[in-house]
Amino acid sequence: MEKFKNITAVAAPLPEVNVDTDKIIPKQYLKTIERTGLGKGLFSELRYNDDGTENKDFVLNKSQYKNAKILVAGDNFGCGSSREHAPWALLDYGIKVVISTSFADIFYNNCFKNGMLPIVLDEKEVSLLMEETERGSNATLTVDLESQEITTSDGNKINFKIDKFLKHCLLNGLDDIALTLEKNSEIGSYEDKIKSQRPWL
Amino acid sequence: MSKSRTIYDKIWDDHLVNTNDDGTSLIYIDRHLVHEVTSPQAFEGLRMTKRKVRCPEKTLAVVDHNVPTTDRKNGIEDEESRIQVEALEKNCKEFGVEYFNELDIRQGIVHVVGPEQGFTLPGTTIMCGDSHTSTHGAFGALAMGIGTSEVEHILATQTLIQRKAKNFRVNVGGTAPDGVTAKDIILSIIGEIGAGGGTGSVIEYTGKAISDLSMEGRMTVCNMSIEGGARAGLIGPDEKTFSYIKDRPRSPKGDDFDRAVDYWNALNSDKDAYFDRDVYLDAAALPPVVTWGTSPEDVVSINGEVPDPEGIDDEIRKETKKSALEYMDLKPGTKIKDIELDVIFIGSCTNGRIEDLREVAKVVEGHHVNENLNAMIVPGSGLVKEQAINEGLDKIFMAAGFEWREPGCSMCLAMNPDKLLPGQRCASTSNRNFEGRQGFRGRTHLVSPAMAAAAAIAGRFVDVRDFVK
Ligand code: SF4
Repeated sequence: MEKFKNITAVAAPLPEVNVDTDKIIPKQYLKTIERTGLGKGLFSELRYNDDGTENKDFVLNKSQYKNAKILVAGDNFGCGSSREHAPWALLDYGIKVVISTSFADIFYNNCFKNGMLPIVLDEKEVSLLMEETERGSNATLTVDLESQEITTSDGNKINFKIDKFLKHCLLNGLDDIALTLEKNSEIGSYEDKIKSQRPWL
Repeated sequence: MSKSRTIYDKIWDDHLVNTNDDGTSLIYIDRHLVHEVTSPQAFEGLRMTKRKVRCPEKTLAVVDHNVPTTDRKNGIEDEESRIQVEALEKNCKEFGVEYFNELDIRQGIVHVVGPEQGFTLPGTTIMCGDSHTSTHGAFGALAMGIGTSEVEHILATQTLIQRKAKNFRVNVGGTAPDGVTAKDIILSIIGEIGAGGGTGSVIEYTGKAISDLSMEGRMTVCNMSIEGGARAGLIGPDEKTFSYIKDRPRSPKGDDFDRAVDYWNALNSDKDAYFDRDVYLDAAALPPVVTWGTSPEDVVSINGEVPDPEGIDDEIRKETKKSALEYMDLKPGTKIKDIELDVIFIGSCTNGRIEDLREVAKVVEGHHVNENLNAMIVPGSGLVKEQAINEGLDKIFMAAGFEWREPGCSMCLAMNPDKLLPGQRCASTSNRNFEGRQGFRGRTHLVSPAMAAAAAIAGRFVDVRDFVK
């Protein structure tokens, strides 16, 4: 997995609650057997018109947000389906950070497996950043994971919380399967124990 | 130190392999279900790192999302779907995992198949790369949906790295009136707590209205826990649970079964166990419900009307709900009973089980589907289909003008050819009314099987309680 340390980029607003993973990446893109190339399907039902041209009204199609790598979104972002295609699509498009007041648990987890950073802030902070994004390409945000700090283009700072283990994995680009396999003997003894305690399993 | 514990606490404790200083834990996974959409990249990951599946016998794979629901003896026409299905078959062969293909009578929606096979057992941890894995919680199991990276993690290690979630109790007291089903109960709960209300929590459903439910009804309730944002939903096991499990192909037999029942009985939450949050609903006061918007939290009584978002304080929420109405082509104040329908879909892992089909048959027997709409019934599995045929339900459905299909996910997510056309309005027994879920620009209203059946006859929403009279 790629490391995540910090990023300075344009942030795009998505002022909508309950943005579900069907909306982030519709089912027609789930037929792939690869992880890559999903960026073209990101928000596709909003991003394109019926004839396949770009819908000029959709935020990521506006010139000032073309290079956005950060999304500021409404509550309960990433709800619905467990499809990891959602973070894959965001990442393939170039979005590395999503900021919201809350995330659906599975989506939140999935981000960390792919070197993406979801940030939870309180309502006031999110609306402040939402306002900030209205300034388009004139307003970049800097997100630094080590110091757990977001800095606006005017130098305002907002701190965010993050689980220590998840932070460590992201900063170092660690593969959790390799980490878990180091505990192979503990897994083995657990298996021996349940064989006698719950033999029906 | 033995404090009072919830069923979630007990299952968690019994599956801890290890806990780190930072509070993250490694938990053991007893059962792993796999389907074709969320697994190819996980198997590919194993191949690339030269890892094996640690316990192939604890894994069961089935195709469901992509399969056509028409005759499939000649294979799958859509090329991408076919490739994905073939990839699963090949991966299962290579890694030694048992697999039900689309011609196997045991094939069906993964969350219908697990319980049917006795693969789903109380007190187990059950994971699947699918958010509706919460279904299996109906048996008193800890069942969660996960992403593909975690699917790979389980395949390789039979464990997951997790942090413990909160305990959230939803107590549904009273007796549900006739015509008010498990679906109405869970939709009402989601309407109450919101689509993100359960985030970070495991919900335990308790109360008379829950224990009154059959196992099928309990599965419907737990299935939609994820639509309330919960990590998982579960119901303490009881005699109904045990008798459902007994004699299933994969369930424990003989002495093992009796020992298991003792263990399962002891799992129930202790009387004074601590819950981080409690919500109470009175089932006696619930009506049959319908969703009006594009989130499962947009719930309204069949006797109600489309609400006006203008009253919502939060700007972002207000705008979201307004655009939901626009998407649904509905105006505030419209009576739900005045909404006319184009399509009826009965099926999915929420309501594609035998009991659901019986409910539908009861309502539609002797009637005919309204001439203005198409109505389709898709059984949850080959075994559900077989049982329905044995009970003669298929004849009732076909006489009433329903299409009677082969098992699969079908129009619940429209990855196969069963799709709404742009602008079509559907009463669906599935679980998600998201934009485009059942087909590009399609409009979904979630309802119970009985309500969908009544709507199929009337051509618009009706109160099933008036209808059956
Ligand atoms: S029936 Fe629908 S919700 Fe259930 S597993 Fe299939 S696609 Fe998912």
